[in-house]
Amino acid sequence: MKRTSVMLIAVLALGLGVWAQGLLINGAGASFPYPIYSKWFDVYHQKNPNIQFNYQSVGSGAGIKQVTEGTVDFGASDGPMNDEQMKAFQDKRGSAILHFPTVLGAVVPTYNVQGVTGSLNFTPEALAGIYLGKITKWNDPAIAGPNKGVNLPNQDIVVMHRSDGSGTTYIWTDYLSKVSDEWKSKVSKSTAVNWPVGLGGKGNEGVTGLVKQTPNSIGYVELIYAAQNKIPYGSVKNSSGAFIKADLASVTAAAAGAAKDMPDDFRVSITNAPGKTAYPISSFTWLLIPSKIPDVAKRNAITGFLKWMLTEGQSYNEALSYAKLPKEVEEKELKAISKIQ
Amino acid sequence: MATATPTVPSAGPATAWRSFLSRLRNGDEIARLITFIFAATVVLITVLLVYELWINSALPRHKFGLHFFVTRVWDPVTDEYGALPFVYGTLVTSAVALLLAVPLGIGTSIFLAELAPPRVSDTLQFFIDLLAAVPSVIYGLLGIFIVVPLIRTVIYPALNGAFGFLPIFKGPSYGVGFITAGIVLAIMVIPYIISVSREVLLSVPRDQREAALAVGSTRWESTWKVVVPFAKTGIMGSIFLALARALGETMAVTMVIGNTPTISASLFSPGDSIASVIASQFTEATGDMYLQSLIGLGLVLFLLTFVLNGLARLLIIVTTQKGSKVAN
Repeated sequence: MKRTSVMLIAVLALGLGVWAQGLLINGAGASFPYPIYSKWFDVYHQKNPNIQFNYQSVGSGAGIKQVTEGTVDFGASDGPMNDEQMKAFQDKRGSAILHFPTVLGAVVPTYNVQGVTGSLNFTPEALAGIYLGKITKWNDPAIAGPNKGVNLPNQDIVVMHRSDGSGTTYIWTDYLSKVSDEWKSKVSKSTAVNWPVGLGGKGNEGVTGLVKQTPNSIGYVELIYAAQNKIPYGSVKNSSGAFIKADLASVTAAAAGAAKDMPDDFRVSITNAPGKTAYPISSFTWLLIPSKIPDVAKRNAITGFLKWMLTEGQSYNEALSYAKLPKEVEEKELKAISKIQ
Repeated sequence: MATATPTVPSAGPATAWRSFLSRLRNGDEIARLITFIFAATVVLITVLLVYELWINSALPRHKFGLHFFVTRVWDPVTDEYGALPFVYGTLVTSAVALLLAVPLGIGTSIFLAELAPPRVSDTLQFFIDLLAAVPSVIYGLLGIFIVVPLIRTVIYPALNGAFGFLPIFKGPSYGVGFITAGIVLAIMVIPYIISVSREVLLSVPRDQREAALAVGSTRWESTWKVVVPFAKTGIMGSIFLALARALGETMAVTMVIGNTPTISASLFSPGDSIASVIASQFTEATGDMYLQSLIGLGLVLFLLTFVLNGLARLLIIVTTQKGSKVAN
């Protein structure tokens, strides 16, 4: 089996006029970290020509499913696997699955309010109220309070959300669940939820398109998408009471705030994290790696890659607008690599 | 195997074998076999499709049963799923699409086939065929950038102002919604109706027209009372082709329907359709119940298409019988 795959690659490489020899490692999962993963895999392959990673950005759900079924060597997800999924993996494969945080992402509120050009401040109560359908006007005191001097119109708020299942929605609803008990009991968190109000757009671009076109609307998008497309977005009040605008530093600060209480399996939510400068709607994204990899060559390749990714690899993050992992998390993960047997 | 069946039932096996061999030599039997296999694959694919949809939607079928069809909730967190809003959205958008596309499409095809000079007709047909070949995502973009603002700034104020008392034009408009999806679908299916109907009208024998003219009909009378009824079955066929396309359209609909599983009488309300929700949520569907409910929706769409096609056949049978009775 392995020999045929090696031969196949060799034949393919010959066909391309490039000599390649060695190991192909397949992964699948989240699309949010796809740009940085493909950069990492490409650079790592140049440094280790005999190891090649193949990653398909098919979505977190599909990534979890495929790694559980063993059709890929590793998975990737924007939300940690829940206990049920962990158990399903254990039952099917007879060993545990490990989570390795790789980079950080954040979700930002974007809006299009008539007559407002500057950046708006949002409290957690305001965001939860808007998405629960309880705050319906832009000049509601919950929104107007922290935006003194901004002339907010007496207009209905049009709420936009993602129509497709996505890690972005997971982070957004995870945050709202933490800051609002009502949200937690009524809606809760998931990659797709039963929205109390609003219209759905497909993908970050779909939500952005709806917000841009619809006067007096609000939506949420991935920070990287907002930054690269120069979409205006608001600041959010964090757990220390400061209004923070999302950027790479404030996202890393959120991870650092949560690092002290990092559980050993790294399945942690860092929304509403402590820290004065922490942006509250941030999250890790994870690689999902089986704890037992019987094929020695593959195991060495994967652990080798993890070591490189946690050290040198992190320097590629910021050019692609991904926030770096905090030092504490990197060190803890480097120790955890030995769990892969 | 069908090949072993003797063509003449009374003949003995030896005769049958000889005639089979001779047909084999002539190539007839080979051609028959090959085309039979091709035809059989169509049936096989359909059966396999239903089978796969059926076995992969076992979980929601056992948990919800027929309630799946009448439940309004779609909640991936509590694992509660119902198809009703999506079925409603699919039917409403398709109905709006047909309501707009059928008169326009048939009118155009009558003009092209009966009234326009051949040169104009062929040129226009070329453009219509081009429209039919445009990928649906392009129509979705057209919807987002042109139809959505048009609905919000022109059509909604006009209709809501004049007919706001009617439930179908009540409520606020965000630009996206049932009517927007219906209009985009109408634009997409019109070329199908025109192309097929025009061909059907053109194939009506010349005698029919001449006979009508000979008994003193005007040009329009011969077209409307003789040619169109003659071509009725084919025109119906074009409409059902359009309906099938509208029911299953995914990309363009998901871009303009608003993707909210609501049931509202207002055409301006945002909604969702079966194809659209499957495309939107399939990739990130975690959990077996969630995934299988989406596959269950696929089965529902299949059933819906099946039932509507059946009704269409019935309609054709009933109307043609009535037509022939009148003729007698």
